[in-house]
Amino acid sequence: MKEENVIEADQLTKTFGEFTAVNAISFEVKKGEIFGFLGANGAGKTTAMKMLIGISKPSAGKAAVAGFDVYSQPESIKKNIGYMSQRFALYDDLTVKENITFFGGIYGLSRKKIREKREQLISELGLENISNKLVGSLPLGWKQKLAFSVSLLHGPKIVFLDEPTGGVDPITRRHFWEMIYKAADQGTTIFVTTHYMDEAEYCDRVSIMVEGKIEALDTPKKLKEQFKVDSMNDVFLKLARIPSPTLPKGKGENTDCN
Amino acid sequence: MKTIGYIIQKEFKQIFRNKGMLPIIFILPILQLVILSNAATYEVKNIKFAYIDYDHTSTSRALVEKFNASSYFNVLTDFPSQEIASAALLRGEVDVVLEIPNNFERNLLKEKTADLSITINAIDGAAAGVENGYVNQILQTFNKDVKTNIIDTSKKPVQSVAIESIPSFWYNTTLDYKTFMVPGILVLLVTMITLFLSGMNIVREKEIGTLEQINVTPIRKSQFIIGKLFPFWVIGMGLLTIGLILAKAIFNIPMEGSIALLYAYTSIYILVILGMGLLISNFTDTQQQAMFIAWFFIVIFILMSGLFTPIESMPKWAQLITEFNPIKYFVEIVRMVMLKGAGFTDILPQLWKTMLYAAIMNGLAVWSYRKTI
Repeated sequence: MKEENVIEADQLTKTFGEFTAVNAISFEVKKGEIFGFLGANGAGKTTAMKMLIGISKPSAGKAAVAGFDVYSQPESIKKNIGYMSQRFALYDDLTVKENITFFGGIYGLSRKKIREKREQLISELGLENISNKLVGSLPLGWKQKLAFSVSLLHGPKIVFLDEPTGGVDPITRRHFWEMIYKAADQGTTIFVTTHYMDEAEYCDRVSIMVEGKIEALDTPKKLKEQFKVDSMNDVFLKLARIPSPTLPKGKGENTDCN
Repeated sequence: MKTIGYIIQKEFKQIFRNKGMLPIIFILPILQLVILSNAATYEVKNIKFAYIDYDHTSTSRALVEKFNASSYFNVLTDFPSQEIASAALLRGEVDVVLEIPNNFERNLLKEKTADLSITINAIDGAAAGVENGYVNQILQTFNKDVKTNIIDTSKKPVQSVAIESIPSFWYNTTLDYKTFMVPGILVLLVTMITLFLSGMNIVREKEIGTLEQINVTPIRKSQFIIGKLFPFWVIGMGLLTIGLILAKAIFNIPMEGSIALLYAYTSIYILVILGMGLLISNFTDTQQQAMFIAWFFIVIFILMSGLFTPIESMPKWAQLITEFNPIKYFVEIVRMVMLKGAGFTDILPQLWKTMLYAAIMNGLAVWSYRKTI
């Protein structure tokens, strides 16, 4: 059994003024696990993730990622993680090769290593014919797969994926999940947010966030048993009482985009 | 070091791949230098000149002929009376009216002195001053003994000076305004392009979302900033080079001082501007905001730089503000080095201030740059 915890969050909280985006969440993620981080839009998933990847200071609570404290060692965390945001974040005006070289370079890989990785990655993704094309000209699905591969370039212990398959067709999503499984098999921990409930079924364990709190956390199988339903979709619907937009609570809900 | 290299490489690729950006960086400044240097003139030409000749003698005709011969004056009309001339002046049909009184020739011959009256439209005070100068010049060559009473439209009589002065103009002997303006406009181009480009560059990455990706990498703040700004430093120096070549080739501007000194100063000056650009992009979220703020500062900097209007004639408080204007120092240095041949020790005061400015600007910019949100 894999026992080592690579992510530990304890009462982690983030407030923006009066609004509590993330309300004292606690969980652990084990090495090599595919951890699904679910929640409706505005539930606080992205905010929580940003605290874990060291670009947002928590308001309260404790958290450690890859053994480093999120308050005092964010830069050490960054060396050990990969990140793929919900906004596509490679450079559209650079070619496939140039993007790989650039990100390899700023993660401090050697020239030789970058060349090796570049060739390996391009052949794995089948991008040989278009490796000198600008990334901006590729279809979204290819871009997303490329972005995921680039986030794995420096061999991170954990990779954070923020809605990686948003707007992507079902076949590409399937390919994407095959890539996720492959990375997990090689020992990389996957921390993934999604609101596709079929994807939730692929995860080893999932947590469901509702209005800043984690309301459920277990394997998909056990969650379905617990809520006596057949699919993760129903689990989600039972839990996520999506707040009505007419209620005054709506203020600051949309933290997902920030 | 290697990390910085990757960023610089990427920046250059992006700059030279951006088809909209290249003309802005290289073509526009050249056009501006050529056009502005010819348009931003202090010379007053094509002055609409009219006269009233009550004398009707060969001497009075000879005087009018003097004005006719000058390239500055367009001799328009011979008005029969003062009233009609005043009305024309009011309508803006003429700028300068010369009135030659009765017995002008006789007085000149008999008493060796005669009076003339000159009326100048002084709505544009600066132009009126220049016109006054031209008129005086012509009258002096006409007859050194002619005593003129010049009356401008405010009807304040001005006594002409009895003592003859022979000016000798140093550093710009032909009083060619281009010699004066071209180095200044060169300063503007280098400043504007580097400020706008650096100000918008990091904001652009914020807008397209790649900055967040960069912030999740272990890259150090200083590495990222140096890598980001270095290409614009190179572009700034490149612009200076293009500008200097044009100044020499098209306008034949002298280069009295050391080019190396000018480059050394510029290399520090651009750091001030880049720091400013970075500071702007730290506090803005969109390229539009960054652009507006950069414009706000550029307009103030240009108008208070001493480029178009001398700083000495500004009110005290305004002169104090110009102390914080980097363009002011650069304009001074460029003119000093190019036209006066100033050496290292001559530019030391400005050099120190610029270095201090660069340190403060970049310090603030690096300090306010946050990898976290």
